[in-house]
Amino acid sequence: MSTASDYRKREESVTMSTESAGMGETHELLTLNIGPHHPATHGVLRLIATLEGEVVRDIKPIIGYVHTGIEKTAEQKAYWKAIPVVERMDYLSYYFNAMAYCGAVETLLGLEIPPRAQYLRVIHLELNRIMSHLVWLGTSALDLGAMSMFWYCFREREAILDLFEMSSGQRMHTRYFQIGGVIEDIPVGFAAKVQKFVDEMPTRADQYADLLEKNEIVLSRLRDTCTLDKETLLGLNVTGPLLRAAGVPWDLRKAKPYSSYEHFDFKIPVGSVGDNYDRFRVRHAELYESTRIIDQALNGLPDGPHIADDRKVVLPPRHELATSMEALIHHFKLVTEGFRVPEGECYYPIESPRGELGCFVRADGSAKPARVHMRDPSFVNLQATAPMVKDSYIADLIATLAMVDPVLGGVDR
Amino acid sequence: MIGLANIDYFEPWWMQIAKALVIFGVIFGVLPILTVYERKLLGRFQHRYGPNRVGPFGLMQPLAEIVKFALKEPFRPRTSMGFLFRLAPAISIMTAVGGLALIPWGNVQDIFGTRTGLYGIDVSVGPLYVFALGGISFYGIVLGGWASGSKYSFLGAMRAAAQLISYEVSQGLALVGVLISAQTLSLTGIVNAQRGMWYFIPQIVGFLIFMVASFAETNRAPFDLVEADGELGGGYFTEYGGTGFVAYLFAEYVNMLVVSGMAATLFLGGWLLPFGIHPPGWVDPFVVLAKMMIFMTLFIWIRATLPRLRYDQLMSFGWKILLPLATVNLLVTAIVVVH
Repeated sequence: MSTASDYRKREESVTMSTESAGMGETHELLTLNIGPHHPATHGVLRLIATLEGEVVRDIKPIIGYVHTGIEKTAEQKAYWKAIPVVERMDYLSYYFNAMAYCGAVETLLGLEIPPRAQYLRVIHLELNRIMSHLVWLGTSALDLGAMSMFWYCFREREAILDLFEMSSGQRMHTRYFQIGGVIEDIPVGFAAKVQKFVDEMPTRADQYADLLEKNEIVLSRLRDTCTLDKETLLGLNVTGPLLRAAGVPWDLRKAKPYSSYEHFDFKIPVGSVGDNYDRFRVRHAELYESTRIIDQALNGLPDGPHIADDRKVVLPPRHELATSMEALIHHFKLVTEGFRVPEGECYYPIESPRGELGCFVRADGSAKPARVHMRDPSFVNLQATAPMVKDSYIADLIATLAMVDPVLGGVDR
Repeated sequence: MIGLANIDYFEPWWMQIAKALVIFGVIFGVLPILTVYERKLLGRFQHRYGPNRVGPFGLMQPLAEIVKFALKEPFRPRTSMGFLFRLAPAISIMTAVGGLALIPWGNVQDIFGTRTGLYGIDVSVGPLYVFALGGISFYGIVLGGWASGSKYSFLGAMRAAAQLISYEVSQGLALVGVLISAQTLSLTGIVNAQRGMWYFIPQIVGFLIFMVASFAETNRAPFDLVEADGELGGGYFTEYGGTGFVAYLFAEYVNMLVVSGMAATLFLGGWLLPFGIHPPGWVDPFVVLAKMMIFMTLFIWIRATLPRLRYDQLMSFGWKILLPLATVNLLVTAIVVVH
């Protein structure tokens, strides 16, 4: 009784309409509850939309349906055990979550990452970016009613997941990134398979463009809909493709390179108008750019170790355990207690498929983080939805929500 | 003068009943196969197999699903209006089936020594009858959406009201060109008038308008705003499950069949074959069915390809492009026929 009624009260406290006055007797605003299990919300997002006929006057996003307490859970884990937990926040960009967290811890430790590990990370990060964009493209097209795109995109996504499975043994939440590098070097044949994918992906992206960008219905659905200027976006702290679609070439891979992104030659797709079409085009163009980065990283993959050679942080190679007492002690110590991180705090931002993904880690000198916090782009970008969709049609609300591409696992954490 | 129904030969009562039963039985035998066909074809378009587990080639899939739907709990929302909620799908399916009676499957044949037309009825107001049924079937959708007592259904019903009215006008006007050319309203008469050339060629504009409007009339992609699964989660039948849902689903497919049959009759020469081929009379129904399958395939193909229009775009397309085009087409046809 108590919890349910409290919840209802809190719902009622949400201001439903913005324009209740002056509507007259013939008009009435309709409050429509969209979600949390609506097919177009891409997760358990709930929107309370105030409609005037088919026109959206206001929306209130309500979040918290997949709040999992991951940040708190991470505080209970040793540093290296927190990686799989953190990965599960934004479930479409697990490599990015792991990268942000590992980067923060590595900065606190002052750990030097071998170049091969950095390149392997870049390969997987960009594969993950393509994978995330493919899910976005497929589901967005599905929301527009172009159902076949969903399967075409998931066909390529499957190829990427197969690659992940090959390199790490897992298709999702791979735990491939470790503090200090990556857990294993890539297996034999992986490079050839990635190369095959990289060669194929641009033609696939061309096909998506042929299907969607030459379609009059898609163009009329996306062009000049739900435009938001860059000042408002910057004021709302929006990052990623949404901001770039409005004409701000802000990409942390260029602005503040990490994991040797400065070695690669790639462009940042930038829109001009900031409408749904630009949002679509920017993400679509990123498919090509990510493919180019993977190609360069793969062909320029340096030799050397795949993980840092710091026995206080990194697990010793398995074969040494049988011969070296020291390795056995290190192994035991790392697996039981974990390593200790010197006192300090660090914010490590990277460019996830959805924008700036920053991980804040505060260390108190023990083997467990005192605080882990993620600045998740989905959460921040979601607040731009309401100003975007104001006074547009309900169909555009769905399309815009698809273009914002929030992942609710990342929003709620 | 056009009477209400000029039946120029006598059919015994048992033949009329037998015809009705045969048409109904055949169509409801074809219908489940059509659902499998749609899903199989969609699967091929989408790089997957489609249903292939139940029975040979997955053909028993609809049987399994009908049993599943029939066994579902007859759930309805607390806010719904019981009587109308149950009546609405019945209206939809009845009007859809009523349209089947009109499709001419073949010419008059000699069956058991009785002169029999291979069609349910041949009324002298053929297309009007179909439009009348279309007008009533619209009640099935609007009542269903309204009686559900759900906002999603309500929005879907409102969309249906706007969409069906707008596009029925264009659909009707596109037909008038054919009617003027054939100088008759009887569907068999229209088919017989196409012996020289199918109306698909001289009435190409009317044909295209008719097809576009038919997509809107049957709520198929890219005009499936009434259902709009992405936005309204099913539109007018959001709250329907079990048999009510099946009724709406079957009504949609029967409507597609009727529209395909009408298109085949009015524009593709009905049971006639090109190049002077005159098969025996029993082949005619299969010719019509084959022509209908062409349109059904087109329906499915478009569904796999095109995204959905937005509500305002749908309305402006209907009123600003389709309707003027249909009017001009009618005008040109009238001038050509008179001269």
